[in-house]
Amino acid sequence: MTKPIRLLLITLCTALFTTLCGVSTAQEPVRIAFMDPLSGGFASIGNSGLKQLQFAADYFYNSKNGILGGRKIEIVPLDNKQSPTDTQIQFRRAVSEGIQIIFQGNSSAVANTLNATISRHNSRNPGQEVLQINYSAVDPILTEAECSFWHFRFDAHAIMKLNILTDFIAKDSAIKSIYIIGQDYSFGHVVADNAVRLLQEKRPDITIAGTEFHPIGQVKDFTPYVTKIVASGADAVITGNYGADMVSLAKSIIDSGLDLPIYTFYAAYDGITATLGADGKNKIRLIHNEVSNPIPTEERKAFIRAFKAANPDHDVTQPRIINALQMLVTAIEKSQSTDPYDIALALEDMRFTNLSGEEIWMRGTDHQVFQSLNISVHTDEGIEFDADNSGFGLFTEYSVPAAETIVESSCQMDRPSR
Amino acid sequence: MLDVLIFATLNGVVTGLLLFMLAAGLTLIFSMMGVLNFAHASFYMLGAYCAYSISLYLGFWVGLLVAPLLVGVLGALIERYGLRRVHQSGHVAELVFTFGLAFLIEESIQFFWGRDTKNYQSPDILDFALFTLFGQEFSAYRGFMIAISVGIFIGLYFVLTRTRIGIIIQAAITHPKTVANLGHNVPLIFMGVFGAGTALAGLAGVIAGPVLTTFPGMAVVLGSIVFVIVVIGGLGSLAGAFIASLLIGLLQSYAIASDVGMQDLLNVFGIDFPYDHPLADLWGLTLPQIAPILPFLLLILVLIFRPTGLLGKREE
Repeated sequence: MTKPIRLLLITLCTALFTTLCGVSTAQEPVRIAFMDPLSGGFASIGNSGLKQLQFAADYFYNSKNGILGGRKIEIVPLDNKQSPTDTQIQFRRAVSEGIQIIFQGNSSAVANTLNATISRHNSRNPGQEVLQINYSAVDPILTEAECSFWHFRFDAHAIMKLNILTDFIAKDSAIKSIYIIGQDYSFGHVVADNAVRLLQEKRPDITIAGTEFHPIGQVKDFTPYVTKIVASGADAVITGNYGADMVSLAKSIIDSGLDLPIYTFYAAYDGITATLGADGKNKIRLIHNEVSNPIPTEERKAFIRAFKAANPDHDVTQPRIINALQMLVTAIEKSQSTDPYDIALALEDMRFTNLSGEEIWMRGTDHQVFQSLNISVHTDEGIEFDADNSGFGLFTEYSVPAAETIVESSCQMDRPSR
Repeated sequence: MLDVLIFATLNGVVTGLLLFMLAAGLTLIFSMMGVLNFAHASFYMLGAYCAYSISLYLGFWVGLLVAPLLVGVLGALIERYGLRRVHQSGHVAELVFTFGLAFLIEESIQFFWGRDTKNYQSPDILDFALFTLFGQEFSAYRGFMIAISVGIFIGLYFVLTRTRIGIIIQAAITHPKTVANLGHNVPLIFMGVFGAGTALAGLAGVIAGPVLTTFPGMAVVLGSIVFVIVVIGGLGSLAGAFIASLLIGLLQSYAIASDVGMQDLLNVFGIDFPYDHPLADLWGLTLPQIAPILPFLLLILVLIFRPTGLLGKREE
């Protein structure tokens, strides 16, 4: 062997050795995509969700020993502008970067697209499957007719929420007629159709004063809609609106001097609570799946305080994101794998005690989570943890244990075989 | 029925007048430079956010005065150091310039102010009901919005038709070279008009912010509709913009207030679809549902039957 070649070989060996050493000390992170609107009209919700996911990953895992014996979690933000088209593009990007876990929550239309795209992709690309962690899209179809082995929902779906909400409304004998207004897409229609159906079952004497749909994110001023609500003589309003559509609607109702209870899904945080302020006190109620004030456990209080210390302008608006991440990591640790198939099997029928000290259950047959459902009111009394630093926040008035929220599912899951 | 009609009219007038404040600036700028300013709604948004920040420290009224001035100065500077240079490369370059500017302004606003909805409130002094009719209040602030917009219309009309500055501006629109030969500084006039137009947009933002909420999507929601108004009213016509604004405000408001749909229309003709018919979705469509697209429908109709717009003067 001549000298130059020997030298070259030694260099190569050293290079190889250092590379190998490098791998063993700094392991490759587990990459999770966060695919939600990070620009455009609904950006505030997307960004706030991203902050919570990133913080939870750092707080529970990255600041400690990571997961799977030392691997960090890396959250990759992908902006889908809440559009099904951009979702397709960002999905391709996630796949090309080798990401196999996608968090997504905003808009059921997007969630449905992603669900269909992932099912198709997974059946065509065995070994490169992708897992959909749906932390907020509540169209029931995702765990009913369109249920998929690769999709897990960590929020109660719209019918589960409406079941509890209509129970609550039915108890209020002062309510004789109800107006339903919603965004004109799948979720808004699910809310309207089921609210009407459930109210007719529970309180046949309640009349539906009106059902209105408006284009999502397009309405400048809700006052014309409020005029119709006034004219209809309704005693209460139900809406599934979120983001700017929710603030504008509530503002218009309050500005018109209407003193009606407004039952909502998403009327809090991300500037909404601050904007409603004293005007909305005791008028606006939310149905949601994690207790707000009073916060039940010290662990959750500590988490919220740590989050607020790191993000003074944001709040822990969606505890379900934390549940989803913790359950996902538990499944990864249990299966000792980052393969979506193994994770999915480990997630099925998992019972997990979350930060609030409550055991939540991921049903194996349709991948729907079950936990207590709560109705909270927008107020400044008894609020230890406020929203938007406004002094106002959510106070839980009515709580239903997980067992009573369980509904049947028509899901016929197509399970992949391996 | 009467209560709905009255309030629908009031709502329509408020929306219409607000749209007019945006359209007035846009149509002025167009008649001057022959270019549609795509960034116009972004200046509106900037006005709202500036006024919000000022109102936190100095109150609403200071914001009302200062924010439009700030936006106007920024607009004038952009014209002087940006648009004027691009102008030499022709209209397409200008169009693309304002298009890019719109994105730049909107993203910068979100960068500095964040993406949350801002708690921009109307002043306490206007926090009462002007009158209550059929159980619905009409807030004093909305009355204030109407007063400001009408004031702006009268003021602009007066300045443009009755003052020396107005005459020079009108002359500069049609005969810029002649006006320059008479010793007037035409580029300065252009800069002033652009500044005034953007200041008007800023003012619209200041007074709309508390009612229509101050959030990152506020420019997008109004952006396209303003162009519709300018085209329907006739490009460059202030009176046309005024009529078109009210027309569209009322059109949308009445459409939302109405309770008719395709079903009623088809029933008139005695046509009936079963619920599982392929066209059932179309059949179930209601007028309130399509209210937001009506202005665009009107735009298409106007372009087909009266391409110059309602009060447009010339067709080049």
